[in-house]
Amino acid sequence: MDIDEHDHVIEVTDLRRVYGGGFEAVRGISFHVKHGEIFALLGTNGAGKTSTVELLEGLAAPASGRVRVLGHDPHAEREAVRPRTGVMLQEGGFPSELTVAETARMWAGCVSGARPPRDVLALVGLERRGGVRVKQLSGGERRRLDLALALLGDPEVLFLDEPTTGLDAEGRQDTWELVSALRDAGTTVLLTTHYLEEAEGLADRLAILHEGRIAAAGTPAEVTAAQPSRISFELPAGYFLGDLPPLAELGVCGHETTGRVVRLRTRALQRTATELLLWARHAGVELSGLDARSASLEEAFLGIAREAAAPRDKEHAA
Amino acid sequence: MNDTGATAATAAPAAARARGARTTATGRMAALARAELTLFVRTRSTLVSAVFVPLALPFSVQSVTDRMKTADAGLTTGLIVLPAAVGFSLLFAVYSTLVGVFVARREQLVLKRLRTGEARDAEILVGAAVPAVVTGLVPSLLLAAACTALLDLPAPHAPQLAVAGLLLGLVLAVALAAVTSAFTRTAESAQVTAIPLVLASMMGSGVMVPLELLPDGVARFCALLPLTPVITLVRGGWTGQLSGAEALRALALALAWTAAAGFAVRRWFRWDPRR
Repeated sequence: MDIDEHDHVIEVTDLRRVYGGGFEAVRGISFHVKHGEIFALLGTNGAGKTSTVELLEGLAAPASGRVRVLGHDPHAEREAVRPRTGVMLQEGGFPSELTVAETARMWAGCVSGARPPRDVLALVGLERRGGVRVKQLSGGERRRLDLALALLGDPEVLFLDEPTTGLDAEGRQDTWELVSALRDAGTTVLLTTHYLEEAEGLADRLAILHEGRIAAAGTPAEVTAAQPSRISFELPAGYFLGDLPPLAELGVCGHETTGRVVRLRTRALQRTATELLLWARHAGVELSGLDARSASLEEAFLGIAREAAAPRDKEHAA
Repeated sequence: MNDTGATAATAAPAAARARGARTTATGRMAALARAELTLFVRTRSTLVSAVFVPLALPFSVQSVTDRMKTADAGLTTGLIVLPAAVGFSLLFAVYSTLVGVFVARREQLVLKRLRTGEARDAEILVGAAVPAVVTGLVPSLLLAAACTALLDLPAPHAPQLAVAGLLLGLVLAVALAAVTSAFTRTAESAQVTAIPLVLASMMGSGVMVPLELLPDGVARFCALLPLTPVITLVRGGWTGQLSGAEALRALALALAWTAAAGFAVRRWFRWDPRR
């Protein structure tokens, strides 16, 4: 076996990528992906997701750091890696004048142990579109064609860069089911997405990238657990924030107000909610727009962006 | 797409891998060339400029050269038309066509997508170039046959030089097209960026006007143009008038240009669109 003893299919150590103009898109990130795992790279546009994935795919060599896919350097040892990986780029690249079947046939000729193109087209629901030119496909169909081609060689490792962008809700659901089925059959999947629910529902583990660094990583539950829960409501007329019990006693660890809307952050949601509602009953007021929610990946995501922005604001102030 | 389909199709990937035959460089290039040939046939404008221009232009050259004193330079009509046909084929069927093809595939992200797969960089370029090279080669050969039959062209005296010239010319035209594509933003502008080399070669490489008919200083400079040694070898291969030293010099120059173009491709060729 050329997979190392930890069974890490993908290993990334202190990876950096610097573009020609000197822009550092990836600033020293490390993570690993285990065999048969779906790993999601999350981040806003420009966070470094695609720059990272391209290094894993072997499209470019890193400025520094180390990438190992199935135990090999995907750039320097491409012959050992490429026949075992499948790639779906963020934007598919197919000649617009070829038909779906012709495109699949071309790809099959470049893939070791390729399955019959018709099989993979059926897998993504394009079996009846074989005679259609690529330029006539919808954006969603093009995405599915791209996925089909990535699956042609039954890859052990699958790289999917924003696989569901441009798909409708149903197409997205279908893709999630397909990717889950592949994982269950032993395929290791690394995907990028900016759909938080996609990462939350699909990924076994994930990393949130922010400005080229990993801001948070772990299982979806671990990442969200580190974040506070949230309660928001509208202050009744005639009441002010100071009329509430001291926020620290409620277990609140942070708050914001926008007009009459109050947002509280807490790590003890039940306690804070109970105390708040008891106060409201005691005062005989109605908290309209009341909303209490546990931390979600979205909270984590927004929290990271907020924390990252905070030090910069201070610098500006100084 | 449904559950049963997904399960059935993903059930036996390991077995399929164990059985699956590794692709070969030849197989990959064949698959790419086949797709490219389909695209080539579907793009009518490319087809016209690649097939008809090289076939029609040499005869216009003939009417020009008839009025010149080509006989003084020891050249018959056939020896004007044939190298012209080879030159036009290399310039229009191969070079100009491929600048457009490389740019179009790059801008469609086809090159980038292909690079994620097993095909190596050189295979991707060669696969894309095959249809253009074939359309450059076939009319040249047909014209050689036609010239021999209709214009009393004698059989070549040193066919190995003509063949070497033609082959080096094809490789050079492909490499120069790849270099030019690096400096071309869109498929439309490819028709413009290809002009300088086409014009310079038509005028200065002995395609339309034999170098012997140019003033000495100009001829000496034009002898260094990339396609000049190619045309020299083709014509010299036919006439047998090329001395050993001249033939070696032409071969060396053609090889030097090919090596330089190859280096330039490695250095400047762009696989991604500028975004």
